[in-house]
Amino acid sequence: MLTIQNLHANIGDKEILKGINLTIKAGEVHAIMGPNGSGKTTLSSVIAGREDYEVTEGSIDLDDKDLLELAPEERAHEGVFMSFQYPVAIPGVTVTNFIKTAINAKRKAAGLEDMPAADLLKMIREKAQLLNMDRSFLSRSLNDGFSGGEKKRNEIFQLAMLEPKLAILDETDSGLDIDALKTVANGVNKLKSKDNAVIVITHYQRLLEYIVPDFVHVLSDGKIVKTGGKELALELEEKGYEWVK
Amino acid sequence: MKDKLIASFMAFENKGSIQTDTEFHKVRSAAMQQFENVGFPTKKVEDWKYTSLKKLLKNDYSLFPQLPKHEIQLAEVDTYFLKGIDSYKIVFVDGVYDSFLSETTHDGMDICLLSSAINKPKYKIMREHFFNKAASKSDGLTALNTAFASEGAYIHIPKNTVLQKPIQIVYFTTDNEKDVLLQPRNLIIVDENSQVQIVERHQSLSNKNVLNNTVTEIFANKRAHIDYYKIQNDQQNASLIDSTFVEQKEQSVVSVSTFSFGGDMTRNTLSFYQKGERINSILNGITMLDNDQHVDNQTNVYHQQPNCESHELYKGIFDGKSTGVFNGKVLVDQIAQKTDAYQQNDNILLTDDATINSKPQLEIFADDVACSHGCTIGQLDQDALFYMRQRGIPEKEAKALLLYAFTNEVVDKIRIPVLKTLITKIISQKLGVELGINI
Repeated sequence: MLTIQNLHANIGDKEILKGINLTIKAGEVHAIMGPNGSGKTTLSSVIAGREDYEVTEGSIDLDDKDLLELAPEERAHEGVFMSFQYPVAIPGVTVTNFIKTAINAKRKAAGLEDMPAADLLKMIREKAQLLNMDRSFLSRSLNDGFSGGEKKRNEIFQLAMLEPKLAILDETDSGLDIDALKTVANGVNKLKSKDNAVIVITHYQRLLEYIVPDFVHVLSDGKIVKTGGKELALELEEKGYEWVK
Repeated sequence: MKDKLIASFMAFENKGSIQTDTEFHKVRSAAMQQFENVGFPTKKVEDWKYTSLKKLLKNDYSLFPQLPKHEIQLAEVDTYFLKGIDSYKIVFVDGVYDSFLSETTHDGMDICLLSSAINKPKYKIMREHFFNKAASKSDGLTALNTAFASEGAYIHIPKNTVLQKPIQIVYFTTDNEKDVLLQPRNLIIVDENSQVQIVERHQSLSNKNVLNNTVTEIFANKRAHIDYYKIQNDQQNASLIDSTFVEQKEQSVVSVSTFSFGGDMTRNTLSFYQKGERINSILNGITMLDNDQHVDNQTNVYHQQPNCESHELYKGIFDGKSTGVFNGKVLVDQIAQKTDAYQQNDNILLTDDATINSKPQLEIFADDVACSHGCTIGQLDQDALFYMRQRGIPEKEAKALLLYAFTNEVVDKIRIPVLKTLITKIISQKLGVELGINI
């Protein structure tokens, strides 16, 4: 589904990614772990199309599409979703209105009419329930005054609504207590299918107890230095990142 | 232009619709004298540093209001009124009252014309105690208005009256033959415990240059509550100089919201005078400009008594080569202890050619006060933009949604639902998108 080849990326003059190769198939969960500054967030940002980064070499393909040719919104329309480490607040735009705007933008790009309001509301109710979200939450301004946990839950709610092919969870566990973590992980697990794939970017092994990866990759200084199964995460937790350097 | 005005004054007094009873004549003559002395402000005056009237004053304006050439039909102007709501209306066309479009009353209150109030003996109290009592005597433009003022809205709400319908004051200009300078004058008096909502709008329908030099005086008696909204969304050949003076008695609450979306040059001078304790003065503004438009907001809040509050929030979005000015003064007298004054001015510049000059000024002579002010000038939040695009929202819509969100804090304070809808609609039109959101 996703093929990354020899990916190099800079921010300003500084090279952050130094030749990443990664292949992800439909139905798989991949974890990317690594110490601070290893390039984890850069990798997810480059896949999602953040313009602060300059790709100097390599390619990213989603099925047969060259993602690097596409604007961030076009990548989203192709099925890329990134859950943000720091979701932004948009006062004055409710959670419901935001997701409605996003869904209809995606449908418009696919040549479809707006989703009928009744269908949309039904879907919103189902997905909110999946994530134990209170109904009042939906009429609040997006991320405005949300707690850390609420923000992350809202990200996964949007993930559930948009049903992407490829979901990238960037440090979704940060700032979550154990109950919130379980709810979020449970939501992600229910959304997993043989047709989609998940990349979990995390510093700690904790989240991987709940979202169990098929592969664990260790990123260090802009390169994947080790790849293994889920047991690699435990080993890292035990021995620390120094071990793989 | 100044000479023409001076030369026209006597002719104006003689032919005017207003009887020149001596008392009123004195007020006008004094005002004319003041205008002769100070004239139009130039950029040398500190408060006019960023706004020039030079270009506007080159136009050869006609000075006397004239009956419009053709009768204006409701269908032509329907779009400029609030819809789906019962309201009083005081409507002027080319400076002349239009009774067909208006809906006034004398039933228990006066919602009518300044000219009739000036002429009739029963309004003597208004002339003696209110007219020109709050307005600046030194400012040249206000003096000019006082000298030439012949028409405008007169609103007097007696005590213990809560008005169920808002009042719309609308000034149209239709003259397609010559440039027009008009001097609208509004006087609003709200007595004890009474409440009223007022919406004022100036709208040109002509293809000639229009300059409105308008003065509004607002008197809020004890515990009165007034919400005053100004919609400034005029054609590119229309300019507006608005001077509004608000005098408040104890425990009154007055909000003035200024929505500046269009016109060529707009200058708003808004002054609050707190003449009692536990007063709340609220100043809200949204400015959204493009092309060569210019808006200058000058606000003055005079804290002259203890235990009062003021809350000021102005937001500006500047596109194209537009320019904006925000000059917000808060003056706290020595006696005005326990003042709580808040001022915030936030601006977004969308192009390298757009300009905002923002100058918060606090002069505090009391020692036990809570005053805060802030000013931000920035560009669109790139993180927020990326976030929205990541969710599939195209760049243009994402920008629009962000700008809408930026203005929302002010829009949200509008207490007339149909007006809130109208302002949101104007904003989405300015942004060039259907916001696709339920307001």
